[in-house]
Amino acid sequence: MSVTEPNAEHAGPAPTPHVSERGRVWAALRRNKPALAGLFILAVLVVAGALGPLLAPYGINEVDADHLFQGPSRDHPFGTDDAGRDVFSRVLVAARVSLLVGLVSVGIALLVGVTIGLVAGYYRGVVDNVLMRCMDVLFAFPVLLLAVAIVAVLGRGLVTAMVAIGVVYTPIFARVTRASVLSVREQVFVTAAVSTGASDWRIMRRHVLPNIAAPLIVQTSLSLAFAILSEAALSFLGLGIQPPQPSWGRMLYDGRGYVQDAWWMGLFPGLAIFLVVLAFNIVGDALRDVLDPRQLTKDEARRTA
Amino acid sequence: MSEPVLALEGLTVTFGSARGTARVVDGVDWAVHPGQTLAVVGESGSGKSMTVLSATGLAPRGAKVTGTVRLLGEELTAMSDADRRRARGRHIGFVYQDPMTSLNPVMTVGRQVSEACEEHLGMSKQEGRKRAVELLGLVGIPSPEERVDNYPHQFSGGMRQRVVIAMALANEPEVLIADEATTALDVTTQAQILELVAGLQERLGTAVVWITHDLGVVAGIADRVVVMYGGRIIEQGKVDDLFADPAHPYTQALLAARPQPGVRADRLLTIAGTPPLPTELPPGCAFWPRCPVRGDARCEHEEPPLVEVAPGHEVRSFYRADPAVTEERSA
Repeated sequence: MSVTEPNAEHAGPAPTPHVSERGRVWAALRRNKPALAGLFILAVLVVAGALGPLLAPYGINEVDADHLFQGPSRDHPFGTDDAGRDVFSRVLVAARVSLLVGLVSVGIALLVGVTIGLVAGYYRGVVDNVLMRCMDVLFAFPVLLLAVAIVAVLGRGLVTAMVAIGVVYTPIFARVTRASVLSVREQVFVTAAVSTGASDWRIMRRHVLPNIAAPLIVQTSLSLAFAILSEAALSFLGLGIQPPQPSWGRMLYDGRGYVQDAWWMGLFPGLAIFLVVLAFNIVGDALRDVLDPRQLTKDEARRTA
Repeated sequence: MSEPVLALEGLTVTFGSARGTARVVDGVDWAVHPGQTLAVVGESGSGKSMTVLSATGLAPRGAKVTGTVRLLGEELTAMSDADRRRARGRHIGFVYQDPMTSLNPVMTVGRQVSEACEEHLGMSKQEGRKRAVELLGLVGIPSPEERVDNYPHQFSGGMRQRVVIAMALANEPEVLIADEATTALDVTTQAQILELVAGLQERLGTAVVWITHDLGVVAGIADRVVVMYGGRIIEQGKVDDLFADPAHPYTQALLAARPQPGVRADRLLTIAGTPPLPTELPPGCAFWPRCPVRGDARCEHEEPPLVEVAPGHEVRSFYRADPAVTEERSA
């Protein structure tokens, strides 16, 4: 019966049906097949990072002099290296280091960069100029060169690698944050918060920061990819994770001399880097599309069409 | 009469720019008393919003504010920034023009309403939430217990403006400042909001400063009216006096420009020209270039003083200030 049917034309300014932001994002990601694949790879990475040593069939430094340079087989799916160590186990365990370096270094960049960008964008004027020019100086260095310089000063190792990569990516977060803050702080609701006598800190935390979450989420996802890549590069140069601790970059370096005879030594760690970086990129791009405010209107148009 | 809640004396706002000093607000005096509604009217750029923003310490960067502002007898202009911020949050509520942008889209309306209570009254989250439910009910939002956890996009424009009013009333302010608060709403909603504010004012005894360019709104709610032009007050008085007997040519022209219900007019009356730029104010009366009367030789070169033409009714015009002309017209 038409009586029971809700009639959109006569509904007037009815409140928009409740679709939670999280639900909308998830639905849009599910429609995006590559993003789904990316999420799957990232899930595998997280599992490997968390449980790697338990899942690995061999110890990472279990040397087996009788089985050097073995090709992929049932026993050694990724083959063995120049010391007879199982490449599969090493790739699996190295996932934790890559993930750790990625998360910690991006965490540092996020914390410092967002704080700087927030303060610069909110107060503008002199504060903004001083902070952002400092960021420009950092930004002007080639990424890897700066990281190498920092490692050279602080000494090589896991922690240094994390700090170095964190410092390198800080200006990017500062810039993204500042740009978003500049537009959000002109919104009437920020003026409204000022007029209610809210403190600057409260306004930044409660009103500005939540409204710039979307670009920051996207930037975080993309930066994780580059941070993992940077870690691999540093380790490849011998400035990151120190042997015998396995890392993808270092394994790639070790396999470099045997490309002709034992291609599996370099291929699998390289593939791991490639897949993880690709996955973070795809997911980051998908998030950017989904979280873009213009996408909202497209979604709404589709719903009402 | 009781002490005014908010009183401005000689408030002047200037901006220094490359093209000289811009005098955006010039020597504005007015006061609003408890339970009263003061309407500040004027065209865009007449300085009406700037007056209120500067008076409460919300002037944009680079503005130079002089004059005295008293809030509940205390001199707001002499306070430190932090004290002024507290006084503002505690005693003044603001309602803005566009309810679509004056709410934070990622915060529940309940949190936004209770925020001021938590900041200034030291309420806990639970108390704040209870207060938010109470306030949302007060401003006529149905089933406030459920709506308190909704986000702004789940409300219609009129309902959002009610939320904004609830936010403004959170600390039971003595003054409510509504800056074009009904301009962005359709006429029916506008009437509802006006009725709501009038009702709340009666119950809470709040003073209201209503900044608007809509004379219909003024006639409906105001006790007193201040008409601004070129950053100055050009006429002020009780709403009935001003509507019955507008003294300034500008006010007369404004009232004449209103469409009359039931009267068919093919062309609406307008006032020729545009308001002067604050950097290029004419030497005499600011309205002189557009004035249809120009009733006195001094108009062009001399700034007319604000003089009383009837008890409580002041006007800044040579033409009307001249008693002979006044008598002649009223005879």
